[in-house]
This record gives sequence, C-alpha cells and structure tokens, in this order.
Amino acid sequence: MRAVDALMECLKAEGVDVVFGLPGGANLPTYDAFYEAGIKHILVRHEAGGGHAAEGYAKATGKVGVSMATSGPGATNLVTPICDAMMDSVPVVFITGQVRTELLGTDGFQEADTIGITMPIVKHSFMIQHPLELPRTIHEAFHIARTGRPGPVVVDLPQDLSRADIPYEPVDDVHLPGYQPTTDGNQKQIRLAAKALANSRRPVIYAGGGVISANAAAELTELASVDRLPVTCTVMGLGGFPAPHPQWLGMLGMHGTRTANYAMDEADLIVAIGARFDDRITGKLSEFAPRAKFIHIDVDPAEISKNVPAHIPIVGDAKNIIPRLTAEYRALSADPGRLEEWWSRIRLWQERHPLVYADSTDSEIKPQYMVQALYEATGGDAVVVSDVGQHQMWTAQYFHFAKPRRWINSGGLGTMGFGLPAAMGAKVGCPDDTVVCIAGDGSVQMNAQELATCAQEGIAIKVFIMNNGYLGMVRQWQELFWDKRYSQVDMGQHPDFVKLAEAYGATGIRLTDKRTLVSDMKAALATDGPVVVDVRVTREENTYPMIAPGQAARDMVG
Amino acid sequence: MGEPGTKEVLSLDQLDAVAGLRTGRKHILSILVENKPGVLTRITGLFARRGFNIDTLAVGPTDDEKISRITLTLDGAVHPIDQVTKQLHKLINVLKIRDLEPVETLARELALFKVNADGAARAEVMQICEIFRAKVVDVTKRSVVVEITGDCDKVDAFEALVRPFGLIEMARTGEIAISRGRSET
Repeated sequence: MRAVDALMECLKAEGVDVVFGLPGGANLPTYDAFYEAGIKHILVRHEAGGGHAAEGYAKATGKVGVSMATSGPGATNLVTPICDAMMDSVPVVFITGQVRTELLGTDGFQEADTIGITMPIVKHSFMIQHPLELPRTIHEAFHIARTGRPGPVVVDLPQDLSRADIPYEPVDDVHLPGYQPTTDGNQKQIRLAAKALANSRRPVIYAGGGVISANAAAELTELASVDRLPVTCTVMGLGGFPAPHPQWLGMLGMHGTRTANYAMDEADLIVAIGARFDDRITGKLSEFAPRAKFIHIDVDPAEISKNVPAHIPIVGDAKNIIPRLTAEYRALSADPGRLEEWWSRIRLWQERHPLVYADSTDSEIKPQYMVQALYEATGGDAVVVSDVGQHQMWTAQYFHFAKPRRWINSGGLGTMGFGLPAAMGAKVGCPDDTVVCIAGDGSVQMNAQELATCAQEGIAIKVFIMNNGYLGMVRQWQELFWDKRYSQVDMGQHPDFVKLAEAYGATGIRLTDKRTLVSDMKAALATDGPVVVDVRVTREENTYPMIAPGQAARDMVG
Repeated sequence: MGEPGTKEVLSLDQLDAVAGLRTGRKHILSILVENKPGVLTRITGLFARRGFNIDTLAVGPTDDEKISRITLTLDGAVHPIDQVTKQLHKLINVLKIRDLEPVETLARELALFKVNADGAARAEVMQICEIFRAKVVDVTKRSVVVEITGDCDKVDAFEALVRPFGLIEMARTGEIAISRGRSET
C-alpha cells in the first residue's frame, strides 16, 4: 500500500480519532489517504489553530493530539503550538509535509528546514529518510509524546517518500535504546520523604501540571487527607486538587493568593510534585521559601535541582509515587496535632487576606465579577479554556476547579491566541461537556479565524471575551512599573465582536449589565452552536495580589 | 509577558556579572550516541540554548558502527555539570553519558604546531620536541611542523614553550578519553 495509507493505519492503531490540520502541496498524498481512511479530520483555517486545537484536545482528554501541516509556511505556522506544547508538556504529534527529497537543500518551493527550525522546541523529531521507516517512526513518535514527561514530537515526511508503495505490517513494539524514562520512584527515597513529612510542622504540598499529566489528582487528594496537609497548585496544576476545599490554599506564584505564598515562605517542608519552580512561582530565587527543605517528585530528572536544590529527590511518575508515599506516611502514624499551630497561622492569613476586589455598585462589570458570574452560570461544571493575560489570572483565581483536565491554558509559553482553538480541540475531545473559552479582546483576535471552523463543524464552544479594549496585562505593567506611559496597548473597541461572530456563522451577544450578567450568561450557554459573548468590563483594572517581578513572596502587593 | 525590567539602564559590567558562572574544574564527558543524522546538532543546539560552553569537542566511531562517541570537555562547577548531563540524557539519541573521573581516565589529544625555526632556534625547538616526545613532520628552511599527542595540559605546556620562537599556527583536536582498567567507559 502507499506509505500514506500505512500512515493512516498507524494512526488508527494508535487510537487517533481526530486530526486537526490543513493540506498543501507537500502533504497532498497524506490528504488523499484521508479521503477514505475513516479518521475524522477537522479543517482548520490556520495551522497554528490546528496545533493549539490538538493541544486542547490532548489536555482535555489525556490522549495524544495530532496536528498536520504542509511544508514551508505550513510547518513554520506550527512553531508556536510546538513550543507551547514543549513548555507545558503536552503530548502532540505534529506531522509535516516536506518537499521531495531531490529538492531538499535547494531552496525548493515551500521548502523550510522544519527539523532544524523546531529542534530546540521538540521533545524529539524524526525526518523520514526511507518510506519503510514510516510505520515504526510513527509509533515511536506517539510513544515518545505520550510517555515520561509528555511533549511534542515532529515527524517530517517528504512528499515523494509518502507516495512510495510499501508492504505494511503492523508494528507493536518500539526500539528506542536512548529513551527509558524512570517511572518507578526509589522506595528508599519515598520512605525518607514520608519521614520528613511526619517530622515537619509546617508542610506544604506544591503541585504542578505534572499531577494532571500523570492523572494523579485522586492520589494527591488522598495523600493530603492523611492528616490535613495544606495544598497549593501552580496555574498548570489547578484542578489537581479539588477547590474549594478546607485544605486548599489557592494558587501560588505571581498572582497567587497571599495565603499560598506566605505558606511557602514560612514552610519548613515543601513537597513539590510535578512542578518546576518556574520564576513565576519563586519570585526572587534567593529569598524563595528560605526555611524549607524540599522533596521534589518529578518524572523528568533534569527538573530536579534545576532552580532550587532538592533535599529528597524522587524521580518517577506521580501516579506511582504518591500512593506509596501515602502508605509509608500513614504507617508512621504522625501526630496530626503537630499541625494545629500551622493551620491556625494559615487560617489567620486566609481571614486577613482573602481574594478581594472593589466591586461596582452600578451596572458596570468588573472583570473579576465576570469570572464569578461565569462560575455561577456554569455551576462550575465546564471545561474552561483560557487565553493569556489578565483574564487568565482572574479565571485562575476566581473560578474554582474541582476536577483535573477542566482548566486548560498556556502557562509556560504564555501564548496569546491559544484559547479559542484549544477550546475547539477540547470540545471535539469532550463533545458532551460544556466548553467555555475565556479570552481577552487582544488575544482572541490572534486565532479568531477558527470561529469559521467551529461554525462549519458545529463545534459548540462558548467564547466569553473579557473586553476592556486594552492589552490589559501590558497596560497593568506599564501602570505599575513604567510611570503609566501607556505605549501601544489601547485596542479601542475593534472589531465589533458581535458582527464578527455573525460573519463567521456563530452567534454574537454583547453583555454590558452586571445585574443580569449571570442569567444572560446562562442564556448564552444554552444557545446552540458556537457563541461569542462580548462582555464589556472595567477598562483599567489590575490583577492583584501580585509578587512584583524580582521580589520575594512575602512582599506581595495589592 | 517577559520581565518589565527597570527603567535604569543596565551597565555592561552587570551583564558580565550575570554571565560569569564558569567556575570549578574541567570535566570530560564521554557520550555514546546513536549514529544518526542531526545528532551532533541536537547536542550542540542544547548547549547553545542552555548557555553551556563547550571547550573542546571530538566525534568519532566506536567499535559498534551504529554508535558514535562524542568526547567533550567543559569548564564548570559540579552543579551545572549535573544539569548538563541531565539535559543531555533527555535527548532521545543519547545512549550513555560518563562524566569521567580525572584519576581514572586516559585523555589524549593530537596537536599540530607550525613554528618558526631558523638558524640557532631550530636546535632548541628540536630539543623541546625531544623532551615532549613530539615528532617533526615537515621542515622548511625557516619553519617546522610538529605533531604531538598527550593530555591537554601537556599540549598547553608545549605550546607555552614553543610560542616564544614564533608560533605561526596550531591545530588541536580536543581530547578524546577512555577509562582505565578492564570495564567499559
């Protein structure tokens, strides 16, 4: 059969049920194979939309997402989603077309060195050199994307090789001698960690996106419940612990709660699970958690002691390690009373420093209230996909995520334009769930073209635009750190999002009145098909509290 | 969004201070990799983007045609080296890495020196060569080309001695290394 037909067989064998992509010259053979392969293909309007959709699909379902593009500009349009998937450890296989092998290196039409361009931002990549390699390579790509610390894998397929006639035999093993992720976790280290926990008087569990990737949220909750260990999550880890919850401190980091950041500051033991001590978490590194010892659990050994030296490193899969840590810890029967003092300190912070904002007394919609209203309108039962900016932080703060894979955002790369296509991918993966996208008026415009895809395919996402007419986060930083010199952040009220939605074949709604916001949102959620809701909010509102860049957690402002 | 920085202009000294993390002893990493296209690029690219500085790099075949050995030396405290090896391990095509212990390691490089050697200087240069067991491989009226092997320190010492005669040019391979004793490196 043709190599591209073998490719389809491989995708089916990997359980792929949908591909997000866009055809072009170099991948025409692949698209010919789609014609009768029986794999659903979503025709996106821009390759970046397809890449982010595959990410959203992967994050919502836990399966490997697949995105395709042609050579040259098709592939370069995937660079942002590939990098985004790398930063947030999202399992996606990107299959790009390449020019015919005889044209390679000749600056042929639509030729770009896709492998070279993407090399720094992939978990791994393969250039197909011979058609017979294709089936095994595809399975290896999926294996690498899915296992260990998940991530993006690029497969570049020259057009002539994709047309070759090859004998196809199913491949059910992979041969990757240089790739053997450690998943078990060393029992001795786990025992040591349990002892440290039992001896700690001011412990904090600091969980990141790794808990979500490992599907270890239930295990984490179980560990925390042994004797009321306080838990905080990174922006990537939200949903890894059921909020609201008596042991929940809220998110930590730059726009985290004071309680979470103060607890990190005063902790004597921090259990980091699937988190990587990003600068948005630590603030000033030299003053980060100065009193704490660190247990660091991560499947990627390179993360351990990268930014903060770990006292007890444990390399492995959180889903394996946490239950064993729980068992060891339980066996020690530590006195829960030792945490009383710590909890009263935490309660004091919680009482003194709840998340607050000055709400309006008239019809004006404060952006924070918009998130609260959406939480109420959805009953918290929705997959929430956010774009990047102030709205992302407010959603992380005010929408409580009770379950994993219900909060999808671009954390590491901070990719504006991620939200709408990722919501589209999430909805395709979870057709029975309500999928809402919270976007800014700036970021939504970076991939608004995918509304056409949603309309055509009937992908019923509900996009709520927090419209303040600004690149709000940049404006906030200019206000706080650059003497209010608002340089190039005012976007006015362009475009008219209601008309834009209608032009794409979606429903457009504009909301301006706080008093009816919840019921209006409910109506929008109940509307069939894709809906765009333009919510006009207070123009100049800041995201607080905040650890100013380069400052320590205890010096939070706002 | 990146850092807002501060309105203060950064001095070049401040930038140098941030970059000045290279301390500690020399390390020799022996890396076995799959002999596939682009592997070296993956390694050098990793070093470039993580800000690791390679001092020398030598690549060659091993007894297994599917596997190549990359020997690279770099300067650093123990901690960055740990991060270097961990990052290298993440490359799928990297099979094995050894951070070679200096006392258990045989390290050699090959160097070629082209040195001014006319009149009386020639005898002196030849004498130095003899002490270092270096070999003269080309002679003209006014110069010699000398071949020398040894560890990096020996070659450095030789260079220091012949430089005063007028070092026209030199080429060094960078060290390759293997562990002492019966067991594999």
